[in-house]
Amino acid sequence: MKVGVLALQGAFIEHVGMLQQLGVEAPLIRLPEELAGLDGLIIPGGESTTMSRLMRDFGLMQPVRELACSGFPLLGTCAGMILLCQETNRAELETLGVMKVRVERNAFGRQVDSFECDLDIPPLGEEPFHAVFIRAPIVKSVHTSVEIIARLPDKTAVAIRQGKMLACAFHPELGSDMRLHCWFLDNFIG
Amino acid sequence: MEKGTWVVKSGLAQMLKGGVIMDVVTPEQAKIAEDAGACAVMALERVPADIRAEGGVARMADPTIIRAIMDTVSIPVMAKCRIGHFVEAQVLESLGVDFIDESEVLTPADESHHIWKDNFRVPFVCGCRDLGEALRRISEGAAMIRTKGEAGTGDIVEAVRHMRAVMGSIRKLVNTPEEELVAEAKALGASLELVREIHQTGKLPVVNFAAGGIATPSDAALMMQLGAEGVFVGSGIFKSSDPESRARAIVKATTHYNDPAIIAEASQGLGAPMSGLDVKTIPVAELLATRGW
Repeated sequence: MKVGVLALQGAFIEHVGMLQQLGVEAPLIRLPEELAGLDGLIIPGGESTTMSRLMRDFGLMQPVRELACSGFPLLGTCAGMILLCQETNRAELETLGVMKVRVERNAFGRQVDSFECDLDIPPLGEEPFHAVFIRAPIVKSVHTSVEIIARLPDKTAVAIRQGKMLACAFHPELGSDMRLHCWFLDNFIG
Repeated sequence: MEKGTWVVKSGLAQMLKGGVIMDVVTPEQAKIAEDAGACAVMALERVPADIRAEGGVARMADPTIIRAIMDTVSIPVMAKCRIGHFVEAQVLESLGVDFIDESEVLTPADESHHIWKDNFRVPFVCGCRDLGEALRRISEGAAMIRTKGEAGTGDIVEAVRHMRAVMGSIRKLVNTPEEELVAEAKALGASLELVREIHQTGKLPVVNFAAGGIATPSDAALMMQLGAEGVFVGSGIFKSSDPESRARAIVKATTHYNDPAIIAEASQGLGAPMSGLDVKTIPVAELLATRGW
């Protein structure tokens, strides 16, 4: 199995490390021609405006959009979730627009409001998932085709699924719990 | 729900990796930086080249400027406080900046002690010239390190010297037998715990960027190839003739640092870089990198 990690900016090495520990080949993707032959793609955390700028500059927006529309497995974490969504609270930010959700960027405030907490994510089993939220987005509204996978105690949606696409507002690549990556590999690609 | 933890502080630095952090002095510059793809901006009253030219005591920026920049962009906003000036740091934290740079570019407030950064919820980045200095700052709670270079010069030579010093010492520690690590820790002036960690992992426990003298796309890619995980560009962008194009070019070169053809294309037609200042011509008393220890 071969899962690419978009390596324009952000915490892409952390995803590569997890995929390799799970025995998956994880090439870095910086140019459109590198998308060939992949079984899935991860869009990592980082700065969504930076990644959007670089995706446009290097012609990655349209090829990734086309892959998504053909049912290609995609995982987006934090900035990756923002890039997958259809609409954000920052109108000038170009996204892939492939997940039918509206996302609010920096929804918890500034860095001093970043936090970590335990989340119930039913598909990952009974044991709570320790999630790290860094200047994180939240999901504001979803289309009926989108399933909400996890919520904060106040019911805010922070992880979603739409077909073969999975997105979360937190950072499963930080830390050592690999259950979310395993679930993506087994149930979205496998 | 826990805030201000080590994971959350060092995690923001991880999200900045592969990116360019740009010095800005107005909301308009901050917008140009964000549109060009900066992963964060450093809100300042004067860029280092002007601080150097004007002389006098350089202090934390006026909160009005920092607030105006925070209101303009959606990317993280950093701000500088003087070395050891923990009250300036408290003020910056209360303003809600996303990262504090305890910086040698400002006039130090304390020549013996840096800020005890564990006392803060906001993460800190600190400068270093070698591995010992980096590890002392990490022991004080720095969540991110940057090599100092020589700010405001557009001369890359000091940035290269400092990055080679840090990376060379890490390579040496990896190959040092365990029983010699205590002597290495003593020589570095660093904690044995951190020295042993580097011996085992082969890398710093926090993210390390390059700073001080980066003026061209090739400069940025050079620092990335030498081991930087991202770059700070101070005077290099807004002291050049076409800041917008230069900013975009440096962002591209930082991402594609291993692809000379892309760096070549990004480097075309950018106009004049900042004029620059040969570090060897600067009197020793005016060097910024020697501030802090």
